[in-house]
Amino acid sequence: MSSLTILAILAVAGIVAFFIGRMRSIQVCGGRQRNLHSRPSYYGYYLAILTALPAVILLAVWSVAERPVTKYVAMQELPPTVLQGTDAEKALTMSVVDSIAQGLPKLGPEEYEVLRKARFGFVTSSDARDVLAKHGVVLGSDPDRSLLAAADELASARATSRLWLPIACFGLAALGFFWGYTRIRPELRSRNIVERVMRSGLFLASTVAVLTTVGIVLSVLFETIHFFQFVSPMDYFFGTVWDPRFATVGKAEGQFGLLPLLWGTLFISAVALLVAVPVGLFAAIYMSEYAGSKVRAFAKPVLEILAGIPTIVYGFFALSVFGPLLRDIGGNIGLDISASSVLTAGIVMGVMIIPFVSSLSDDIINAVPQSLREGSYGLGATQSETIKKVVLPAALPGIVGAVLLAASRAIGETMIVVLAAGIAANLTLNPLEPVTTITVKIVSQLTGDLEFNSPQTLVAFALGLTLFVITLGLNVYALYIVRKYREQYE
Amino acid sequence: MEAKVEDRPAARVETPAVPKESGDAAPAALGELKMKAKDVNLWYGQKQALFDVNLEIFDQSVTALIGPSGCGKSTFLRCLNRMNDVIDICRVEGDIRLEGQDIYAPQVDPVQLRARVGMVFQKPNPFPKSIYENVAYAPRLHGLCANKTELDEVVETSLIKAGLWEEVKDRLDQPGTGLSGGQQQRLCIARAISVNPEVLLMDEPCSALDPIATATIETLIDELKENLCIAIVTHSMQQAARVSQRTAFFHLGKLVEVDETSTIFTNPTDQRTQDYVTGRFG
Amino acid sequence: MTDQTASLASFTSEAATKKLRKRHRAERRFQMYGIAAILFALAFLVFLFASIFSQGWTAFLQTSIKLPVDFSQEVINPSGNPDAEDEIFQANYVKLAREALYKQLGVDPNDRKARRAANELLSRGVDVQLRDMVLRDPSIIGTTEDVWLLASDNADALMKGSIDRETPSERRQVSDEQIAWIDQLVDAGNMKKRFNTGLFVNGASSNPETAGLGVALIGSFFMMLTVVLLAVPLGVCAALYLEEYAPKGKIADTIEVNINNLAAVPSIVFGLLGLAVFINFFGLPRSASLVGGLVLTLMTLPTIIITTRAAIRAVPPSIREAALGVGASKMQLIGHHVLPLSLPGILTGTIIGLVQALGETAPLLMIGMVAFVVDYPTTPLEPATGLPVQIYMWASSAERGFVERTAGATMVLLAFLIVMNSLAVYLRNRFERKW
Repeated sequence: MSSLTILAILAVAGIVAFFIGRMRSIQVCGGRQRNLHSRPSYYGYYLAILTALPAVILLAVWSVAERPVTKYVAMQELPPTVLQGTDAEKALTMSVVDSIAQGLPKLGPEEYEVLRKARFGFVTSSDARDVLAKHGVVLGSDPDRSLLAAADELASARATSRLWLPIACFGLAALGFFWGYTRIRPELRSRNIVERVMRSGLFLASTVAVLTTVGIVLSVLFETIHFFQFVSPMDYFFGTVWDPRFATVGKAEGQFGLLPLLWGTLFISAVALLVAVPVGLFAAIYMSEYAGSKVRAFAKPVLEILAGIPTIVYGFFALSVFGPLLRDIGGNIGLDISASSVLTAGIVMGVMIIPFVSSLSDDIINAVPQSLREGSYGLGATQSETIKKVVLPAALPGIVGAVLLAASRAIGETMIVVLAAGIAANLTLNPLEPVTTITVKIVSQLTGDLEFNSPQTLVAFALGLTLFVITLGLNVYALYIVRKYREQYE
Repeated sequence: MEAKVEDRPAARVETPAVPKESGDAAPAALGELKMKAKDVNLWYGQKQALFDVNLEIFDQSVTALIGPSGCGKSTFLRCLNRMNDVIDICRVEGDIRLEGQDIYAPQVDPVQLRARVGMVFQKPNPFPKSIYENVAYAPRLHGLCANKTELDEVVETSLIKAGLWEEVKDRLDQPGTGLSGGQQQRLCIARAISVNPEVLLMDEPCSALDPIATATIETLIDELKENLCIAIVTHSMQQAARVSQRTAFFHLGKLVEVDETSTIFTNPTDQRTQDYVTGRFG
Repeated sequence: MTDQTASLASFTSEAATKKLRKRHRAERRFQMYGIAAILFALAFLVFLFASIFSQGWTAFLQTSIKLPVDFSQEVINPSGNPDAEDEIFQANYVKLAREALYKQLGVDPNDRKARRAANELLSRGVDVQLRDMVLRDPSIIGTTEDVWLLASDNADALMKGSIDRETPSERRQVSDEQIAWIDQLVDAGNMKKRFNTGLFVNGASSNPETAGLGVALIGSFFMMLTVVLLAVPLGVCAALYLEEYAPKGKIADTIEVNINNLAAVPSIVFGLLGLAVFINFFGLPRSASLVGGLVLTLMTLPTIIITTRAAIRAVPPSIREAALGVGASKMQLIGHHVLPLSLPGILTGTIIGLVQALGETAPLLMIGMVAFVVDYPTTPLEPATGLPVQIYMWASSAERGFVERTAGATMVLLAFLIVMNSLAVYLRNRFERKW
């Protein structure tokens, strides 16, 4: 029985319990609802919670724990030589065990007998291999007996788990139901209990955001540490060559230097900011200081649409239209512009982040007190002088915050650069040449059929961590500045 | 003190008869006619805020504008240097002249006008810059100083005139926002007089200050009026009595009465003025 | 008074007037920069839409050839046993289509060169097309029917004008002979561009003319469903807690800062999280739309929490006090008043979150949704792609036909987003309440 089915049954049980609980409460008070502490439906909720909630929690915990526990059981069968090996070797062995174990339930009783015999050495393991191959489990070589043993244990542990899971869940649900049923009395403060449970539920929901952050940090950090077992942090952080090569499991071939990728990322982001900051800032200034309501009503949606276009669309546009266009223009004026140059990706990305700069700057400029503007006008300053010499300097911290947020967007942007920037890592100062970025390499290292535990794959997590730290730093600092700025004028 | 005759390049259309002081009242020294508003009407969108206001303001004296909240006194003050231009929905009709020149005439540049008619606001609004930069802002803007020495001089003179020099001369590079409220307001006054305006408009300059700071500013106003024409909006009748030579009483967008301050407070013609100054409403 | 006179003179002197003119010119210039900035954004937007539409609209049309196909018993079912499914399934349908074409064009069946040239007019996907017809209705075996068969990528390109007839024939991908045939078919009304339903229903294919968005649309639907089912309850609950219950202090601050930062974490990092946690740790299948939905849920959660909080905050305190005053508990207050009143705001926020999720590509690349999926997924656990991922895959393909498809798919994606955004705007305007 799958977890989903169990969940559905528990949900139905909860609904049934609700009605029974409500009925019971009316029953115990003898139809005089005034004697009840809470309204009858609260007794219904009370019983429904007692019935479904513990069982659902058990189901969740069980589902999460099942894999590590069964894996541990299976590992006990493996010889010490494997267990003492590197993590990568262990993972490789376990993946073979896993694939055999997945084939086991498909075997007929006689075929399974062959496998049992092979496990205990009565027949050769190549017989077992043939049997498995018939059911789609193709092994590269004859499996070791210990592998078969581990797989056998794994499969039976899984089967046991699958058998007991529904029994345990439904048992717990029944237990909860009967206990709750006997507790329903008029003086039971069911509303308070229900509300406390719901409040805890709300609290848990609000921690999902925190858990996500923790999850990101832990998962990426864990794989990064794993990566640093293959490649030294010095080579990664200070290496100037990016050239990961294919290698058999457990070894790192080629070079994993971060610097060219970091440079490419910063270069493209800088071009993007060169486009986005002036355009976004002037658009914001114009809209908040000059534009009448009609122009505003037109210009604001235009910028919002720019923000709403998915980045894949920008990427496709850069790849199919803007890159070739720039190349042709370059050809006409005698410049050799690559179609996937820094300029292409940078300019398109710049347009993408214009709205981030403009909308935040708009807010920030509006927060500058009118009294400062009046003070300046009162001295005979023109509007632009007032903006340049009073409003902008006053808004500067906030605008810096906005630009930092935009920079963080640009650094973390993926689809535009995946489609429109270069593939080869290139330490160049020439904006007409292609460079590649951190995000491009994360994508290219993780798409395709790579073995998960090889350094080529794991480096993506190190890159991801680098990206996360950079953008998080920018965000935290920018949000801090903006918040400080807002407080100043409140 | 008789009005000083000054050699001003701007043409003077009319030279009004300077009202003579009445015998036993404290002599209110008035200069020449500086600004004259005639039949000023003002609308915010559909709503009329000023009705046919006629008022004359004289040089080397302080004219106080008093009246209950929302009576249009600040609005009127802001007409005098066209600060209302900043508000989109605001429309002004009528005739306001500075030394005989219509300030709403198309060839008049509000930017230039505001340099001649300076303004100090209700809440001290120093720019978030250093004290020096605050005062140097307007002279720089209008290109009045040829070099740094001249600018330094202007800053110093203005701060001295505003009575702030002694307190800040050692920390000119510190932000103006770090000063106390009263100091900030004097900084704003120094900023306003840095371009030597002919008229200084003050919109409740003391309403955000404590009594001691208020007293300092009032003394300052008294000194400044020697060389300036000052119009001040105030909520406090005591302040009007203390600092002004002439007082105008506004009510519901209309100018009810204008006369020498002593007359307004002791012997007003209009019943509404009487009621207001005796504290029956407002 | 000397300095005062001096200053006044300097206001009216010729130099001052000149300076004033300069200042006003600077003023106008400054305003022009602002207008130029907005025009730049507008021009780019127009350029972007125009270039995508001009490339993409032809994707909604596809050239087909009408041929009288003889569903001959000998070829399809030589054994005569209607239950021999393998036989029917593996029959040589291409032959049927080609023979019909030779007949139509009058190609000599013995001229190998001409035959090959004629073959190139038909899509390689015609066998599936004919096979599906037979499997759907085996009774047509032995009859001859007029069938609209897909033309090849090149023939389609010629019909749409993206292959220029004026190009010298040796550099043209369609030969003179083939052009003559096409003209002949077009003149007889047997070849024309028809609405391309395949774009919306077909799965992945390496031939542009038979590739479609079917799998991607279903995958995106499953993902949006997951997001709605998970992100909305979670987001609303979290927002309710933060607005109604959370004591002001460390915990609330931590959660708040967290949500704000999470909203700005690069989307690709969420993909890494999905890969490490959902796929490697929990063992969910790669390429499954459930995993995609989970990742997008985590991504959109901050958006939904932030907008919901704003909506809840907009409920005036007077209503809360009124409800609490008549003895409602906090939960009852929330259930009876706060939630119903903030529902339009929550809906708007949800749609905005969905719009963001629908267009998101990068995290889906991480969890293996870049997949060549031919068959429709029936559950969220089966491999699928998503609309933006399909655009990415087509954009990376070299064939000319895929460029058109990519732009067409982009138009489909944009259409969805426009509809959803309009809905959000409508909801906001329809239910916006001023307290």
